[in-house]
Formats: sequence, structure tokens, C-alpha cells
Amino acid sequence: MSDPLLSVSGVSKRFGGFTALQDISLEIRAGERFGLIGPNGSGKTTLINCISGVLRNDGGSIRFAGRELGGLSAHQRTRRGIARSFQVPRPFRSMTVLENLLVALDYAVIGHGLSAREADAEAMAILGKIGLAEKAEALSAQLSQVELRKMELARAMAARPKLLISDEAMAGLAGAEIDEVLDTLFKLNAEGITVIMIEHIMQAVMRFSQRVMCLDAGRVICEGAPQAVMDDKRVQEAYLGA
Amino acid sequence: MFSWELLLDAVVLGTMVGCFYAAVSIGLAISFGMLDVPNVTHPALLVLASYGAWLLGGFEIDPILAGLILMPLFFVLGIALYRVYHETFEKRGSQAAVRGLAFFFGITFIIEVGIIMAFGVDQRTVQAFYIGKSIEILEIRIPMRMIAAFVMALLLSGVLALYFNRTFLGRAIRAVAQDEEALRLMGADPVRIKQWAFGIATAVAALAGALLIIVQPVEPTLDRAYIGRTFCVVVMAGLGSMSGTLVAGIILGVAETIVLTMFGASWAPAISFTLLLIILGVRPQGLFGR
Amino acid sequence: MRSVPFLIGAAVFLTAAVTAAFVVRNEYVFFAGFVILQFIVLATAWNILGGYAGYVNFGTSAFVGVGIYTAVAVFKYAGAPLYLQMLAAAAVGAALGLGVGLLTLRLRGIFFSIATVAVTIIAETLITNWKFVGGATGVQLLRPPPTAPFESYIKMLFVVVAVLVVIAVALARYIQLSGVGRGLRAVRDDEVAAECSGVPTLKLKLLACAISGALMSAAGAPAAMYLQFADPVSAFNLNYSVSALAMSLIGGTAHWIGPVLGAILLATTQQFLTVTISSEVNVLVLGVMLVLFVVGAPDGIIGLAKRAWQRWGRR
Repeated sequence: MSDPLLSVSGVSKRFGGFTALQDISLEIRAGERFGLIGPNGSGKTTLINCISGVLRNDGGSIRFAGRELGGLSAHQRTRRGIARSFQVPRPFRSMTVLENLLVALDYAVIGHGLSAREADAEAMAILGKIGLAEKAEALSAQLSQVELRKMELARAMAARPKLLISDEAMAGLAGAEIDEVLDTLFKLNAEGITVIMIEHIMQAVMRFSQRVMCLDAGRVICEGAPQAVMDDKRVQEAYLGA
Repeated sequence: MFSWELLLDAVVLGTMVGCFYAAVSIGLAISFGMLDVPNVTHPALLVLASYGAWLLGGFEIDPILAGLILMPLFFVLGIALYRVYHETFEKRGSQAAVRGLAFFFGITFIIEVGIIMAFGVDQRTVQAFYIGKSIEILEIRIPMRMIAAFVMALLLSGVLALYFNRTFLGRAIRAVAQDEEALRLMGADPVRIKQWAFGIATAVAALAGALLIIVQPVEPTLDRAYIGRTFCVVVMAGLGSMSGTLVAGIILGVAETIVLTMFGASWAPAISFTLLLIILGVRPQGLFGR
Repeated sequence: MRSVPFLIGAAVFLTAAVTAAFVVRNEYVFFAGFVILQFIVLATAWNILGGYAGYVNFGTSAFVGVGIYTAVAVFKYAGAPLYLQMLAAAAVGAALGLGVGLLTLRLRGIFFSIATVAVTIIAETLITNWKFVGGATGVQLLRPPPTAPFESYIKMLFVVVAVLVVIAVALARYIQLSGVGRGLRAVRDDEVAAECSGVPTLKLKLLACAISGALMSAAGAPAAMYLQFADPVSAFNLNYSVSALAMSLIGGTAHWIGPVLGAILLATTQQFLTVTISSEVNVLVLGVMLVLFVVGAPDGIIGLAKRAWQRWGRR
């Protein structure tokens, strides 16, 4: 078997006296669809903040595509192929949707020397794929919630990632909208992009993931096939707060 | 140059000066520290109050009494200021602090020039029985006016500490500083509480302004020297802590007095700002912050 | 090419400035013009960090003062000519910008602004205690004869600052239109999202600090020869900081033309008032305009113009 794309081993994170993550290890293969679940405050977002470089982990190591990420800042990790969306969307409010994508194309895609026209074309292609093409010239501050979620995924795509981390991209969305976002993620995965999905909506996680990991209070409590994790007693206890 | 006696002198005098610095900073500790309003107008309000005390001094009114008389006036002024700030910046949300800062700088300039146009650029002083005399404690000569300011400073921070810990409104103000949303859920209107608190902050500045003209002669642009001092004290204290403000004021006062005696007055203006930079760099939450 | 109108505009402006220097007799025009042009550079430079990147710098005075005193130092020490004074000032300003940036860019929002005020006062105190450049009392400077073809020094200063205006505005415009500008806007809108989109935020901010600082100090430098005198209190006057910021906010920070318009409007008004009434009224106008604009027109003249244009278009 080939080396994993992402390998996290023994990662911890403390905020003052509070331990947000304790000794987390996980491996994700290229092309995998991986689900990360856990109750609120269990450390999911902290973990992906450590992976994407927004936070520094206190202990352990994170390797991506065979290279240690320790000491690299978030933008360097993005350039190596880790892109993410945010739980609460963080658009560049003063820019149009197209410009939001161009930021990533300008800065994350290094060494390809995209001309302005090529960058525009690629951004439009991504927006087309995600179903936002008609909003390209709209100001991002004026988008609806579902459009914002899609734009975040599109902007992450514009960084040409190998690994896409979707942090609750469906939170606050209704049935049909969830299917739309889920469709998008399936499409991206079909193109060879590895996806980590963090989600509260269990149906979505179950449908999407090949493998699921559950965190609780900063520890891994269970990992495996989606149904097996759902059926695990510890997982049910964590969610019920028993 | 160095001697232990000089150092002791500096520490004693510095403590007095420091309590005075705490007194002039308390208003800012409320408005900036607790309410998060970038109130750079605070020092200009101090100077404005000093001129008020000077005007009332013309009617033979004691400066401290004058400060007390000015308090309700400044309370109303503070409420008005906060209303404008809230309506135009806080409500609009984006970049509120930054545009608000520009706004308060604009108000500062207007106050400065207003004072110049009304009273000219000359230095002004006030008269009172405790100004101009000094007493000796432990063989250290201490000007009476410093003692007056010292006592008032302790009283002021004591009363405010009680207010914020013991009264309902005081606790509500502290709550608004920490979690606006929680307060709203409890059915209180955070905006009205903040408005009230800003009124208090400005009223306190009125009394502190009276102390200012007791301690030193004032001129229209004296506020600029106090931008550094007040912000230094408030940031060092950890935003919004009353006892912290007192300790931070004393640290600044002692540091300034020592530098003053050892290196001369020309280095003094940089002390507060250097301390401020160090704190921002090393411990942005302040010495006593959360 | 979209740069052609700009280049033509710059050429026309420079030609006009040079022609004026040889045609207009009244020296006062150049005394006033110098100040207005100087403020165009300052506001434009301020906007590169404050407007594009959203880091509100209250330390323009620090850079102006350091520029003035760099000029004084190299002039007193080596008799350096004007252009060398300005180059030296630009270099020191860039270095100061980098230093301030490294020290303070971790601070967000108002704390950054306060830190820049701190840098100003500390720089002023250091200069006050530097005897070589005159200390607190200041220093008299005897300016050399003007370089040919200029007949008076003040006209030469005027033309030199006009050139600096073109450099500053061209730089600001280039930054705005290039990828750097987009990166800085991303920083202003959301720094974490910018990092995660691959934007090297610290590097861009430092770049903005250095360019902005270099331009400010270069604009400050000729003030030494302009006044033939320098003292710490006026060189580091807080008015520079608030003016540069006010001009940008009044003009509008989103576009390079904003600070230019704001500076022309405000500095011209001030020059006029200084002569007709008093210099205090200057500061009053600054305060009143600043308050009026941040309250009533948060996007400045550009914002007002845009809205008027849209309303007109709808009709």
C-alpha cells in the first residue's frame, strides 16, 4: 500500500489549562472520503485548524504528501495542497465572488504562472461546476447562506488542493440545499480530491464517508466504517451526553 | 547621580503621581477597557474639565468641588457622545473600531481648537488652600496638591470598585463587557447599559480633569501628553480592572519619576509609550487581564 | 491599455508643475503648493497600508519626523544634496516601516493604531535627546543655492515633490491593480481566510509597511530645506498622522484616487484658511471634516460619487 496522503500522529493542543486535543492520530489515503464527527466542543475544528496551520499543535507531528508540516504557516500549507472551508463562512466581503476565487488562484497556485485570462477562465470553470456562475460578479457580502457555503468550497477549489477540508459546509441548510452541497463534494472527490468532511448532519456523513472518526473531549473514541461507528456505544453516549 | 535616598524619593513621589495617573485613566478603563469604545477623546475631555474647573475657580469655587459640579454635565455629554458613536459605528458593524478611532480623534481636535479659541493658548492654574504648600513625611517633601490628588484618586477608584461589584447596574456593566449576548437574553438592553456606563466614564473624567489642574498647569494641547499615559495604564491594567488600574498607574508613575530624576525630563514622554509597547508585545491582555 | 490615460495624466501634471516653476512669479504659490503636494504623497502612502490592508496607522508623524531628521543628519554630516537627503530618508523610512511592522503587525485593530502612536512619541523623544541634530531647541539649516535650471530653491522643492507625487500615486495605483492589491484587500477583509487561500499575509503587510514608510519619510525629508529649520515638536506633530488618515478617509480608501482627492480638498482648504484666518482653524477644519465624513459618508468622496452616479444612471 502507498503512503497515506495525510498522517497525523500524537497531536495535542492546549489553550491555557484546557486540553482541546489529546494525542490524536489518524491517516487518510489519497482519494478517500473521510468523515469527522463528534459533539460540539469535541475538538473537530481545533484539529483541522492544526492541520491547516491556523493553529500550532503543541505535540505530535502532521505529515502531508510525505513531508512534515511543522513550522509551515497556513499559506504554505495551502500551497502544498491543503484547502479548507470555514464553519462560519469567511468571504472577502469587499470582493465579488469571482475575485474571491482569484485571490486563491493568484496566491495558492504557485509556479504555474497563470495569466489573468487563464485565472479568470479557471475561476469561471469552478463556479460553473459548483453552480455559482451566474453570481460571479455579485458582491460576496450579498450572497445567501447556501451561496456563501458554495463560494467557500469554490474558493478552496481554486487553490487546486489535493486535500479539501469541509468544516460543516451544510450547517444551517435545508434538505435540497444539503443535497446540492453533498453533490458538489462527491463531484470533487470523483476528480481525485481527498475530502475530510466535518458534519453534524449524520445522514450526510453516512452517505458521503467511506470511513468515519468520532472525537469526544479532544480524544478519538472510535474509528471505522460509518455504520459501525454509528452503532458504537461510546459514540452514542458521547452524543447523548450520558 | 544614583543614591538610595533619591530612589526612595522617586518611589514615594512616583506612587503619588501614579495614583493620580490611575485617577485620570479610570474613565478610559471604563469606556475603552470595559465597553471597547476607542475613546481617544478621553484626555481631551480631561483638559476640557480642567478648563471648566478653572472657569468656576473664577467664582472662588474650590477645584474639587468644581469637578463635582461638572460631573452631571459631563455625564450628559458622555451619553450624547456614545449615542452618536453607537448609531454611526457600532450599529453599522464593519470596521467600527477603526472609523470610531478616526471619529474620536476628530472630536479631540475640535475640543482642542475650541479651547484655544475660547481661552487662548496660555497655561491656566487654579487656587486652593492645598495648592502651593508642601509637607514633609519621612523627610520627603511632598506637595500638598499631590496629596489631594492622591486621596481623591484612592477614593474614586474605591467608590467605583464598590459600584461595579456591589450594585446591580455596576454588575450589569461588567456583564456587558464580558458577554453582551447573555445580557440580552436576560432581558436587559446592552445599549442602554453601555450608554449609562459611558456617561459614568465621562463624568469621572470631569472629576479627574479637576485633579489635573490641581496637579499641574493646563494648556489646550496638554491632552496629547495624556494619550500615552492613560492608554498605557488601561492596557497595562488589563482592560477594565479597577484595582489593576491603580497598580498600573503606580507602576507608570514610579517608572516616570525614576527616569525623570536619573535621566532628565526630556526622556519622560517616551516612558508611558515604551511600557505600552512592551506590554502589547509581551502580554496584550495586560498584567491583570483575563 | 488601461494605463494610457493614467500616464497621460501624470505627464500633464508634471509638465504643468515644471512650467509653473518657470512661468509663475509669485513665490507664495510654491510655498502653498509644496504643502499640498506633500500631503498628497502622505495620504497616498498612508492608504497603501491603512486603506488597502486595513491597518490604521497613526504613525505618519513618526515617518515624517524621521524623514526630516534623516535629511537634517545627512545634510549636516555630509552636506548631501536634496535628492540624496530624500533617498536616505526613503531608506530609513522603509527600514522603520519594516521594524514597526515586525513589532506591531500581530496586533489587530485599535491596538495596532495605539502602537503606532507609541512609535511616534518614542521616535520624537529619541530625536529630542540627540544633540547632533539640535535636540529640543531644533536646528537651523542654511540651504545651498538652487541647482540649475531652477532660479529659486522653493520652486525646486515644489518640482521635486511633484515628481514624488507621481512616483507615489503610480506605486499606489500599481499595487491596487496588481495581485498584491488583491492580497492586501484579502488581508483587510479576513486575515485567516486570506492565509488559508495561500496569501502570505505577513509578507504582504511588511511590504505595505515598508513602501508606505519609505514614501512618507521621503515626503517628509524636503520639509527640512523648505523651512530651513527643524525641531522635534513640529517634525513629529500628530497633525501629520491625523491629516494623512483624514484625507484618505475623506477621499475614500478603496481607490488610489481617493487620498489624492482628499488631500487636494483638505490641504487646499487648510492653506487658504491659514492665510486668511489662522492656523488653529486649520486643525478645527480637519476635526470637523473628519467627523462629518466618517459619520456621514463612510466611503468618502468616491462613495458619494459612486452613489450619485448610480442614481443618475437609474433615471
